[in-house]
Amino acid sequence: MFKYTIKRLLQSLVTVLIVGTIVFLLMRMLPTDYFFTEDQLMKLTEEQKNEQLLAAGLLDPIPEQLLHFYGQIVRFDFGKSRRIQSGVDVIKVIGSKFTVSMRLGVISLVISLITGVILGIIQTLNKDRLLDHVGTAYTIFVNAVPSLVSYSLVLVFGSRVLGLPSMYSTRNPSQSSILPIVCLALASIASYALWTRRYMVDELNKDYIRLARVKGLSSREIMTRHVFKNAFVPLVQYIPASFLYTIGGSLLVERFFSVPGMGPLLTDSIQRYDTNVVQTLTIIYAALGILGVFLGDVLMMIVDPRIKLTGKEGTR
Amino acid sequence: MANNEVILSARDVEIQFSLRGRKLTAIRKCSLDLHKGETLAIVGESGSGKSVFTKSFLGMLDANGKIIGGSIMYDGVDISQYTTEKEWMTIRGKKIAMVMQDPMTSLNPLKKIGKQIQESIEINQGIKGPEAKKLALEMIAKVGIPDPEKRYNQYPHEFSGGMRQRVVIAIAVACHPDILICDEPTTALDVTIQAQILNLIRELQEELKMTVVYITHDLGVVANVADRVAVMYAGQIVECGLVDEIFYDAWHPYTWALLSSLPQLGVKGEPLPTIEGTPPNLFNTIKGDAFAPRNKQALAIDFEEEPPFFNVTETHIAKTWYLDPRAPKIEQPKSIRMLREKMRERR
Repeated sequence: MFKYTIKRLLQSLVTVLIVGTIVFLLMRMLPTDYFFTEDQLMKLTEEQKNEQLLAAGLLDPIPEQLLHFYGQIVRFDFGKSRRIQSGVDVIKVIGSKFTVSMRLGVISLVISLITGVILGIIQTLNKDRLLDHVGTAYTIFVNAVPSLVSYSLVLVFGSRVLGLPSMYSTRNPSQSSILPIVCLALASIASYALWTRRYMVDELNKDYIRLARVKGLSSREIMTRHVFKNAFVPLVQYIPASFLYTIGGSLLVERFFSVPGMGPLLTDSIQRYDTNVVQTLTIIYAALGILGVFLGDVLMMIVDPRIKLTGKEGTR
Repeated sequence: MANNEVILSARDVEIQFSLRGRKLTAIRKCSLDLHKGETLAIVGESGSGKSVFTKSFLGMLDANGKIIGGSIMYDGVDISQYTTEKEWMTIRGKKIAMVMQDPMTSLNPLKKIGKQIQESIEINQGIKGPEAKKLALEMIAKVGIPDPEKRYNQYPHEFSGGMRQRVVIAIAVACHPDILICDEPTTALDVTIQAQILNLIRELQEELKMTVVYITHDLGVVANVADRVAVMYAGQIVECGLVDEIFYDAWHPYTWALLSSLPQLGVKGEPLPTIEGTPPNLFNTIKGDAFAPRNKQALAIDFEEEPPFFNVTETHIAKTWYLDPRAPKIEQPKSIRMLREKMRERR
């Protein structure tokens, strides 16, 4: 198992490196004009521009630039932002936003995991009865209605009826986070409820449940001792990934409530050709995604005894 | 071996399922007495109600199925009147247990084998902790699984099919039930393993003084293990008797047809006999003898009126008009007589 983990980890690193390389090469295809601010573009002469580009190493042959880039990554130096916050380290630009996104994301994840799973359990216990239908209706509503519409409903209800702040503000972060967190949780509650219900109903129809009944277990004992645990196993795999994705923030929710998070940063930096920020963000997102899947697999290995990844002894 | 003390007595049991608003009568006034310590085999084709009938002894019918008539007397109580899970839990596992067909899916894949056996002991006998574990280990050894200590901590996927069926059996008999129902216990297993499992069940039966009911398609299994045989057709037992009486002196035309299709009776170069037609649709009410439409020698009355049971011997009953004194003389088919001769030769 240890060997497998190391192997997977190395594979993940290679994948991240490949993603980084591709993004780097794509960025080099942009015209060098974007190296300068609009102000500089107007005032500087061609020669001055060339001098600066040369100094920044942007006119070197591509392979050389690539090697330089790798060297930087190894030292965790991702360069400076040029347009979003001119002259500030990319890591710093991202860092401040990252904490905001993560705080909202983690809170909403915990809320949606708990409520979603509980809702799923309630639905299973009341399968084909009123509560189940209510849960299904909620899931369908959240998935079918465009998210901006449901966000607007939350916004209107939250601000008009409950008097909560409709905009995120750094002066009052706790109260003004409530509505964004609710919006973030809406969809995940629905999907956790859906999957929990689905996996539990799956388990309930399996033969071993019949044997458990025959051997004298009550429905409640069957639920707590067999069904719930087994249904949770496939769910476990997705938790690390969804946890890590919250760090990336949500483009829509953060825009909608003017949260200064990481969500809008990627689109902003792409629109404004801030190449270092784009590169760094892409690498971060790729790394998070890959790490999420990796951790999910490791977690599965721990909770599911059937998965033995040593290769030789193998499963039957 | 069997004595004549009746341990469970089902009388005129009727079981109905509602399927998309329609009523299907799966068991039509079916009666059966189980004797203490005997081995009874219930045979019949798919859909004849073998499983449904026996499942009703443990309240294991699917949610849309219901016992709508008759009685099942066990230990002085009519258990067919049980409605709540709590009532059934006094029976399941403790008094009547069941071994299901497919050992590959009958065990919880994420729970240690030992724990699954122990669970049954803890729940039914109220013994907890180390003592329950000791009993579970004993059970593992008793069903012939070597190295119980190690096996206790393993998961189902680490067991072969035969070993898993041993575990299922261990779970079923862990609480020493009076009656063990084996629903096609060897169907999913390798032929070489089948005999081992049947032997194991027989050993346990003797040791624990259980009554065993086999549900099977396999007449070979029946001949090997059963004391008595009940033949089911279209939701009814149509013939019931000692194993020799059924194999060598059957009287119901369906039993004849069933036995004639034994591959052992086939003549080289000729196709095996089959039973033509299909069983009746149980959504409809059945008039007369349910087998009559498939019986080439059916009497006129078979289509009109349902036959009662006639005694062939004290232990052998058959539900056919052929045995009525007023019926025309009908001979058992050649294949049945051949079977009898074969038996004589062997003795």
